[in-house]
Amino acid sequence: MTSDTWHQRESHSFDRNAIAEIRRAANTGIYRIRGWGAKRVLPTLDDLVFLGASMSRYPLEGYREACGTDIVIGERNAERPVRLDIPVTIAGMSFGSLSAQAKEALGRGASAAGTSTTTGDGGMTEEERGHSTKLVYQYLPSRYGMNPDDLRRADAIEVVVGQGAKPGGGGMLLGQKITERVAEMRTLPEGIDQRSACRHPDWTGPDDLAIKIIELREIVDWQVPVYVKLGAARPYYDTALAVKAGADAVVVDGMQGGTAATQDVFIEHVGIPTLAAIPEAVRALRELGVHRDVKLIVAGGIRSGADVAKALALGADVVSIGTAALIAIGDNDPAYDEEYRALGSAAGFWEDFQDGTDPAGITTQDPELSARLDPIVGGRRLANYLQVLTLETQTLARACGKSHVLNLEPEDLAALTVEAAAMAGVPLAGTDWIPGK
Amino acid sequence: MSTTIDLAEVSLRHLNEMLHDAEDGVFKILNPRGAHAVACGMTAGLVVEVDGSVGYYCAGMHQVGTVVVRGNSGPGLAENIMSGTVRTTGNASMSAAATGCGGLVVIEGDAGARCGISMKGVDIVVGGSIGHMGAFMAQAGNMVVLGDAGADMGDSIYEATLFVRGEVESLGSDCIEKEMGPEHLAVVERLLETADMTASPGDFRRYGSARQLYSFHVDDIDAELAADAGGAK
Repeated sequence: MTSDTWHQRESHSFDRNAIAEIRRAANTGIYRIRGWGAKRVLPTLDDLVFLGASMSRYPLEGYREACGTDIVIGERNAERPVRLDIPVTIAGMSFGSLSAQAKEALGRGASAAGTSTTTGDGGMTEEERGHSTKLVYQYLPSRYGMNPDDLRRADAIEVVVGQGAKPGGGGMLLGQKITERVAEMRTLPEGIDQRSACRHPDWTGPDDLAIKIIELREIVDWQVPVYVKLGAARPYYDTALAVKAGADAVVVDGMQGGTAATQDVFIEHVGIPTLAAIPEAVRALRELGVHRDVKLIVAGGIRSGADVAKALALGADVVSIGTAALIAIGDNDPAYDEEYRALGSAAGFWEDFQDGTDPAGITTQDPELSARLDPIVGGRRLANYLQVLTLETQTLARACGKSHVLNLEPEDLAALTVEAAAMAGVPLAGTDWIPGK
Repeated sequence: MSTTIDLAEVSLRHLNEMLHDAEDGVFKILNPRGAHAVACGMTAGLVVEVDGSVGYYCAGMHQVGTVVVRGNSGPGLAENIMSGTVRTTGNASMSAAATGCGGLVVIEGDAGARCGISMKGVDIVVGGSIGHMGAFMAQAGNMVVLGDAGADMGDSIYEATLFVRGEVESLGSDCIEKEMGPEHLAVVERLLETADMTASPGDFRRYGSARQLYSFHVDDIDAELAADAGGAK
């Protein structure tokens, strides 16, 4: 008998991942909890291509002609709208899930690139406020660390209804990351496995949310915009209801969106892909006559300028990145491969953000590990990455003849698969066929 | 100095702007007519007296000073209160003092569902009864209820302490009755006195967390078997 396994067929239903998970479940009696986002194969923005200029379209000169990237959010209601230099922002990630150094690095990088960063489930830290020229303060169901002083020093408020990794679920932070400082900020006992509320404590639907948004605006004297963040589930209806409730911006987070810790079954099986969510949210905005007025911020699996440009072409105003930003500052760094392997993982596979043992010092509260991340260097890396995303987006926009990235449109796109054509509402490449239209 | 503001004549924005700009004084608010977000986000030691019933989020995120509603209050009364005092002479709807971090909220009548939900240090005194799911996920602070409590009180409670004089319909997950010691009697006595309510502390029963939900239970059969095998050698 040969020693290799080439003559054997691995079960598609019970592959090695499935077998390992059954064995893990049988050993521990608890569901798999992990970080990152959905890892399964999904329809993505990769399934779209730009058509570029041709006989009937005139391109802009690729390196020199102006192609605007600035975005303003909240002009309708806020005395101080948020003015972004680039159409990419940093998504909400909590201190607690991330180290203080990581929050500082995100703030430094975003500020250098002229964009905003966002707090998370756990309140606002001095590290991120001090290093973020534009900081969005999340208003979450748990209200951990929520206080009106921080609300007033925020540049925008984001009411979080859900997130892409777990629409319908609350946050989670396991005991090893509930240090004295994290516990104090959240008014929780040290070391407990913290499970955040999944629904807001004082409002229960869109009519209530409208009043809640008025209250928030009153508290900050109508100074800053109010966003509403949704996990991508029913984006058409949810976006319409968020607009009805008075949002200045709607954040739609697809199922590829990351998390610090959630049940694997939730990450992989709840919500819809970002590609499928964008057109539905845009449809709601168009029907209400507020597209490009109420801003659409899209998140979930954004990695490149191609993703940014495609999201904008489908109708988003801004994209938001989380996982990619962490990678930019050092997450899954191959330099730590040996240490990742000692933890039962490897660089490129590390997803145990819940464990607090991150060798890169990002998803941890361990002081020694956290100290490994230089927030100045991390900030520079993030700023560089954001610059590349912006340059790539401009490159594609110019190729389509657009003098501003927001001028990209669905007509610039074609789909490579029938599924993507149906979801995005653009023709299958080489045809004029849009399934369902 | 006392200032009277008639909400039949001025906007909510005007009212709150005036309260946010003021450094001290007494403000009497007329004709609230169920308005929402009345006197929310106060930052100075004012005394605000509302003559009538209010809607949602009256005194929301209250930081300092005193707000008295002479009437009923809608949902989210004094939500996320940080300090100071908020009182309603009538009933309060759902989620009174939700996520409150400090200060005192007094409800002279009954409170609806989820009173004290996710409370984080506030003290709450209810003259009447509270509805279902009171003190859900309550993290810190004290709640004193002179009447009865509805179903599932204290579900998933952390370190808040609940005192109820009347009947509790049922307790939620991980909430148990605990012994009433002298220090707890003192807390009830202090809060009753502060809230200007009369009752005997000895008539109250105390409830809090059994702390059984604080951590996931994780088995590890493989490690157990390996340890057994090691011990057998």
